[in-house]
Amino acid sequence: MHFDDLAHNWGPLTASGLAQGAIYALFALGYTLVYGVLRLINFAHSEVFMVGSYAALITWGFFGLDENSATPPTTEVIGYVVLGVLVAAAISGITALVVELVAYRPLRRHNAPPLAFLITAIGASLVISEAVGVATHRNQRGVPPLIQPADAFTIGNTHVTNLEILIILLTLVMMVGLDRFINRTRLGRGIRAVAQSPDTAALMGVNKDRVISLVFLIGGLMAGIAAVMYLFKIGTTRYDAGFSLGIAAFTAAVLGGIGNLRGAVVGGIIIGLFENYGSALFGSNYRNVVTFVVLIVILMFRPSGILGEALGRARA
Amino acid sequence: MRQGLVRALGGAAILALVVGAAGCNSGSDNDGGGGSSGGGKNCGYKIAFMGALTGSAANLGINIEQGYELAIKQYNEKNGADCIQVAKFDTQGDPAVAPGVARQAVSDPKVIGVVGLPFSGESEAAGPILNDAKIPNISPAATNPTLSTHGWTYFHRAVATDKNQGPAAAAYIQDVLKPQKVFVADDQSAYGSGLAEAVKAKLGPMVVATDKTSADGKQTDFSAIVQKIISSGATVFFYGGYYTNAGLIRKQLTAAGWKGTMVGGDGVKDPGFAKAAGNAAAAGTVVTCPCAPASEAGGTFVADYKQTWNQDAGTYSDVAYDATNIFLKGIDEGNTTPEKMNEFLKTVEYTGVANTYKFTDTGELDPQYLKVWAFKFDASGVDQPVQQIKLTS
Repeated sequence: MHFDDLAHNWGPLTASGLAQGAIYALFALGYTLVYGVLRLINFAHSEVFMVGSYAALITWGFFGLDENSATPPTTEVIGYVVLGVLVAAAISGITALVVELVAYRPLRRHNAPPLAFLITAIGASLVISEAVGVATHRNQRGVPPLIQPADAFTIGNTHVTNLEILIILLTLVMMVGLDRFINRTRLGRGIRAVAQSPDTAALMGVNKDRVISLVFLIGGLMAGIAAVMYLFKIGTTRYDAGFSLGIAAFTAAVLGGIGNLRGAVVGGIIIGLFENYGSALFGSNYRNVVTFVVLIVILMFRPSGILGEALGRARA
Repeated sequence: MRQGLVRALGGAAILALVVGAAGCNSGSDNDGGGGSSGGGKNCGYKIAFMGALTGSAANLGINIEQGYELAIKQYNEKNGADCIQVAKFDTQGDPAVAPGVARQAVSDPKVIGVVGLPFSGESEAAGPILNDAKIPNISPAATNPTLSTHGWTYFHRAVATDKNQGPAAAAYIQDVLKPQKVFVADDQSAYGSGLAEAVKAKLGPMVVATDKTSADGKQTDFSAIVQKIISSGATVFFYGGYYTNAGLIRKQLTAAGWKGTMVGGDGVKDPGFAKAAGNAAAAGTVVTCPCAPASEAGGTFVADYKQTWNQDAGTYSDVAYDATNIFLKGIDEGNTTPEKMNEFLKTVEYTGVANTYKFTDTGELDPQYLKVWAFKFDASGVDQPVQQIKLTS
């Protein structure tokens, strides 16, 4: 146990952990939204994320940017980043919609048992990741160096980079926006209604199918944004990039209270922080062990997750 | 009626699967059936290749496979098409997959020798099967020293081991890079951890901290180890592992502002490292290899390889070419059963394009022929030779 490592590096680990946690939070939103409304664990969500990352890379590829390009001037960088985020979000959203249409809607029509949904979800996840794997020869793909890491400010021995600030700010903005959307708009009310009771909502005039598609779309959009942030932070993507991140993000969703939007954020941040602290304390190969131990401990004392309440209850 | 239809369809599907699988199997190890199209020479045998043709470290396996196949192609040009048949088996570099693949390979009676396995973990896993089946095998790349300690009489190795490579890498670090502090990590594979231990042992107190990563291809976020390296103050980082993990770590180290030098072993010596890290970050990384630069290879090997495969010869391509040619020489001299081939390997002294080969009684390369070189990645992502490292052990 390297306590001195942890103590000495606490600052940088926290900064990195918060950024990683923000990515997990955006990613976890997809899981938590779909579960809140459909009581379905959407395993294909990790592939939605991965597809978004490739979409951004291919878009940048059209402009001749690859991992060995020089960094363009700042004005162009802003343009590329915005374009990448928009394309990734759009493609991820569309992928999520397609998955819902092809994999889940037919099952809903036939009132299939929950097990069928679960197996279809796993199947959809495998189909997409293997298809991308074959198409990319299971090679990884590097990210153009659009954002040169530079220290934004320094506290003690902690260098907070511009990228970390960007990730955290963007996540905050998306979260606040989503919160407003769910709580203040008509569509958001529809989502909460379907989450509480689908049939009653239908009786009250809410179009169930449209709400469900909307939920998948929102989850996909968030995943696409998370994918671009992930690309900048990690520098590569691969056909199975969604898988291990998906496990961590799903854990974050459960940790914070599945079905609870704010819970996804809290869960994401906790997982991000503890992964880093755990790696420092025990060694990098214990990362995942720490994550799941944290999950088990919290669930033992609070089985419904930290923030507990579900989407449809009193507060989202 | 519907049930009947479903049953019929299901039955047809299963039948198709079975026929397809049988067809696939016979396809991979019975290319063209009993090839007696050779002209009176010893033909109709197979030399098998087993190694990673897919997976995160596939480049290393493919380099070797292409050297092996080039040797067979050239032999067949002289002795008749399909005289000696190619038989490739993909282990994905995974010790869990290797035994199954090895069983498949040895079940073919035409296979009288195996070039492989390239990685130490998979060699460890498949070794007993090859030995029990009494099939002589020459590994052109596996460097873990323990492979020759199991009493496998059919095992041979055409390169130096990590007992040589490890201290050589450490010596290069001490004599050329001269850091105050070194950080050592590995990917917990048989090869990676073996090599890292050997380096650590030689560097002694210079090593200020160590860490372990997940197996190659299983981890993409290395921020924790990057943080550790930076805070340790090390100016040299040695990584025992393969090029995919190494490249990602190098990339993330550069992104975090670390200015030190990364050093790796032969598993990192591949353009895939620069691809994963980006050429700018990869430049300056040092890698060692118990192999000489491909450019030093004799004869027309370099040109032939380029012409056949449209790419430059990679790490161990030349050694694999030589290993295959040793088998082919054995076949030429009438050693056409695995037993006779193994006897032949015990006494052969063969000068190939990369080295001269003579095996000791444990299957290791004769000490006078061992060599370790240091290479450095240049700004265009290619590893260039720096110097041969004098072996002291």
